[in-house]
Formats: sequence, C-alpha cells, structure tokens
Amino acid sequence: MKHTVLPGFRLTMGFTLFYLCLIVLLPLLTLPARSATMTWEAFWQTITDPRVVASYRLSIGASLAAASINAVFGLIVAWVLVRYTFPGRRIVDSLVDLPFALPTAVAGITLTAIYAPNGWMGRLLEPYGLKVAFTRLGITIALVFIGLPFVVRTLQPVIEDLDPEVEEAATSLGATRLGVLTRIIVPYLFPAWLTGFALSFARAVGEYGSVVFISGNMPMQTEIAPLLIITKLEQYDYPGATAIALVMLLLSFTLLLAINLLQGWTTRRLMN
Amino acid sequence: MAGYVHASTGQRGRRSGRLTEPLIVRVLLIAIALGFLFLFLVLPLATVFTEAFASGTAAYLDAIREPDALAALRLTLLAAAIAVPANLVFGVCAGWAIARFQFRGKQLLTTLIDLPFAVSPVISGMVFVLLFGRQGVLGPWVADHDIKIVFAVPGIVLATIFVSFPFVAREIIPVMEAAGSQEEEAARVLGAGGLQTFFRVTLPNIKWGLLYGVILCNARAMGEFGAVSVVSGKIRGVTNTLPLHVEILYNEYAFQAAFAVSSLLAFLAIVTLIVKTVVERRMGAAVEAVPEAAAAPQLS
Repeated sequence: MKHTVLPGFRLTMGFTLFYLCLIVLLPLLTLPARSATMTWEAFWQTITDPRVVASYRLSIGASLAAASINAVFGLIVAWVLVRYTFPGRRIVDSLVDLPFALPTAVAGITLTAIYAPNGWMGRLLEPYGLKVAFTRLGITIALVFIGLPFVVRTLQPVIEDLDPEVEEAATSLGATRLGVLTRIIVPYLFPAWLTGFALSFARAVGEYGSVVFISGNMPMQTEIAPLLIITKLEQYDYPGATAIALVMLLLSFTLLLAINLLQGWTTRRLMN
Repeated sequence: MAGYVHASTGQRGRRSGRLTEPLIVRVLLIAIALGFLFLFLVLPLATVFTEAFASGTAAYLDAIREPDALAALRLTLLAAAIAVPANLVFGVCAGWAIARFQFRGKQLLTTLIDLPFAVSPVISGMVFVLLFGRQGVLGPWVADHDIKIVFAVPGIVLATIFVSFPFVAREIIPVMEAAGSQEEEAARVLGAGGLQTFFRVTLPNIKWGLLYGVILCNARAMGEFGAVSVVSGKIRGVTNTLPLHVEILYNEYAFQAAFAVSSLLAFLAIVTLIVKTVVERRMGAAVEAVPEAAAAPQLS
C-alpha cells in the first residue's frame, strides 16, 4: 500500500469485509456446503431429472430469445435517443429505466392482464391463433420487459462517445452512410452491445417475479428453473432445491466473469 | 443489476445531412423505437392504473385501506428503513476504502460486492432458509435461543438487505474515483480531522452520487418479490410485504384489489424515475461545472 495522508483505511476496509462476509458470502457459501452433504449420485440424479432439465432448457432458451430481442430493439432505441431529436425525447429517455424501478410482481400481473385472452393485446392476437399468456411466448415477453434497460443503457454512453470526426473523415474520403455504419459504427459498438446482451441474459435467467404470473407454470412445459426451486423448497426437498440452485449459481458466476471480461474489452476499446 | 448501468451525461451536437441517415430512415427508426417502448413500457404502466380504478374510486380506496394492505405497507417501509441505511453505511465505507487506497485484490473485492446482482432472487432468499430454517445450518441454535428468522420479519429484512446490497457502493465508487483525492489530502495537510474531512470535503462532492444510489437501493428494497417470497411464509398481516400482498390478492382472483395495491408500487416507481432523472441532470451539471477537477490527473 502506498503512503497516503488520508485516514480510516483499516476501519472502512474492516467494516466493508465484515459486512460483505456477513450479508453476502456466508449465506451464499451455505449453498455449496449444503450440497457437499449430498452424494454425487443423488446430486446428478436431481439435476438430470427430465423435469429439471426441461426447466433449465426453458430458462436459458427464453432468456436467449429475450436478450436477442432486446439487443435488436435496444440498439435502435439507444441510437434514436442519442442521435435524433424529437418531441418528448427526455421523457422517453427517463422511462427506459421503468423495469428497474417497477417491482417485478407488478410487472408480472400487468403483463398477464395485457396478454391474457381477454386483455388489450391478447384480444388482438387471439384471432390469429397467437396465444401469449401462459405460454413460452409470454415468458419471453416478461423477460424482454425486465431486460430492456440493459442494452440501451450500456450502448448510450458509447454512442455518445463516438467521435463524429471519425464519421466525417470517412464520409469525406468517399464512404457512403451505409459503409460508415457497417465499417465504423458497428465494430465500435460491438463490445458494449455484447455486454448489454450478456447483462440482459444474466438478469433473465434468474428472474422469477415477472414470469410466474404469465407463465402458467406447467411442469415440463412452462416451468422455469427458479420456480422449480421454490416448488422443491415448499415440499421441504432441500437437497433437491440446493442442487438445482447450485447449477444456476455456477451459470450466473460464469456469466458474471464473462461480463467483467467484456467490460474490460469495452473500456480498452474506448481508451484507444 | 441496475447498478451495472450508469447515468449518461453527454452532449449532442447537430450534424449535417451527409453525416446522418436519410429522413425516411430516421423517421422509421424513431417509429420502431417508440412503438417498442410503447408496447413494453407505456402500455403496462397505463394498465396498472386503469385496472386499479376499474371498479371505481371507492373500491380502490377500500383495497388500499384494508388492514392487511396497511400491515403489508408498514412491513415494506420497515424493511426498507433498515436495509437502505445499512447499505448506505456499507456503501460509504466501501467507497472510501476502494476509491481512496491502493491494495491488492481490489478488483476481486468490487466483483464480490456485485455478487447479489448476479444471483437469482429465489436463490438469494433460499440461502437464508438453508442457514436459519428448521433444517438449516444455524437452525438448531436459532431455535434454542427462541429467535425466529425464517418465516418471520428478520428473514424478510435480511433478504431485503441482501438484494439491495450493492446499489449504493456501486454508485459511490466511480463518483469518488472521478472526484480524486487531492481536495481531501489538502484538507488533511491543513489540519482537518478524518471525520471533518469526510463531512466537509468528501460528502459535498459525492452527495448526488450518494442520493442516486439510495434511490435505486430503496426501489429495489421496497419492490423485491422473489427473495422475500421464499423467506416470508406469507402470513397475512404479519409477514406480507406489499409485493407479496399483490400476489395473494391476484391468486385469490381479487384482480381490482391486486392492481390497486400495485398502483402504490407503480407510483413509487414513477417517483423513483423522476428523482433519478433530476439527480442525473445535477450530476451532469456538476461534472460540467468543474471540468478541471474531474479531468485532473491523479497525483499517485
């Protein structure tokens, strides 16, 4: 540690570590500790149970679909908010954070009301044979809602940082607007775009509140992994719940690591 | 996870025709963006309020004045009143330790602080059941001392603290790093005490970042559903928070009442967004007002 005139390192660091261990690390460590008491066979049997595998597949598949939708529309929204002016832009900009601020249970029952067969959107879609509520499509829509701000908010500062002089230079050298877009803008935005996608995906995989109402919760069909954990807990099947949760926790940590690497990449890109 | 994303404060210049897309493309893109946001943000928000008042104002008032709803409101406020200050103190300590000193493992520490963002809410609640539940690691000890944590108020408070843990620290660390430590070092050299330096120099510099973190932390603390649902046991009037009360009403097909209670939470969300927008502007203005301080290279 370098010498500094500022005081309080021991005190603040001590409290930070103590609080972190007490609130986060100690509780989280009970999960692997608890599953260590299971035999490997029992653990494997739990996580390869067809119902469990189906829930993982659904959670990951729907989250990938939702993150992809957010990647496409989030890019458009971020671009429009930074580059174009139109009436109400600032209000729209503030509204993008709504999914962070609105409790997930409220989002869940509201989306269900909108997409139920007698809801505003459900009524419009039903004649086309499109059922949303209580299907996988409904789950995806709920996940799009809660992941929406991530892509927009990671891209916005990067688009703002995009130096117009680079575009000017390319244009004056004869590049078309499309050429500038594909050769300069897209490669420049790519790391941040991928980060936004990963954040949106990571959030969606663990999501519970906004999904349970719209999903219908049919085992093998529309049962997400977090819901299966709750079901096992309610049946006092703690080992079963622990095993499913541990797999999800490993997935989350892998994603967190990937996101950190991606953010490092984005920062290095911006520095150069 | 909201903390991953930071306030954007940039300037937007006008550009000439060749440097932007053709008018038709611009209009089309704006239409797509607004259509998408209308479908996913405006429509749900509007639905909460129209459904809440679907059976008239009297029914709305009955639903939010009902004793169970009021008990849920009290518990939600209590949980936030404990979780937000606790995480605020932690955030300030972590900010001071991380942004003012060099030490090994700093990157690891910041990653660990972010952990609660990465964990599914259901798992966040479940770990406290595994720790303090009847079959839990500390379950027998807790039972011997006649303390109830799981399926009681302490469990709800703990789960709330866990899920809202990183918000303040996440916002304060970059703000303190950007402000630099020269002013504090100057205060110390001129004879100010540690606390005096913090309250007179540091706090005025970080107050908007602090407020920003507190707002996000509070929104999450009051709105948390998954984690709290696992530890609560959902005893009406005793261990029900507002989001859990919404679920119970909804599952009992009391839709109008569920949306009436939801409207309180949606109102909280709108207030959060407004305060957040105002604070972001202030932070942007503060950065522009002292460009030299923000851009000055670090002495260390």
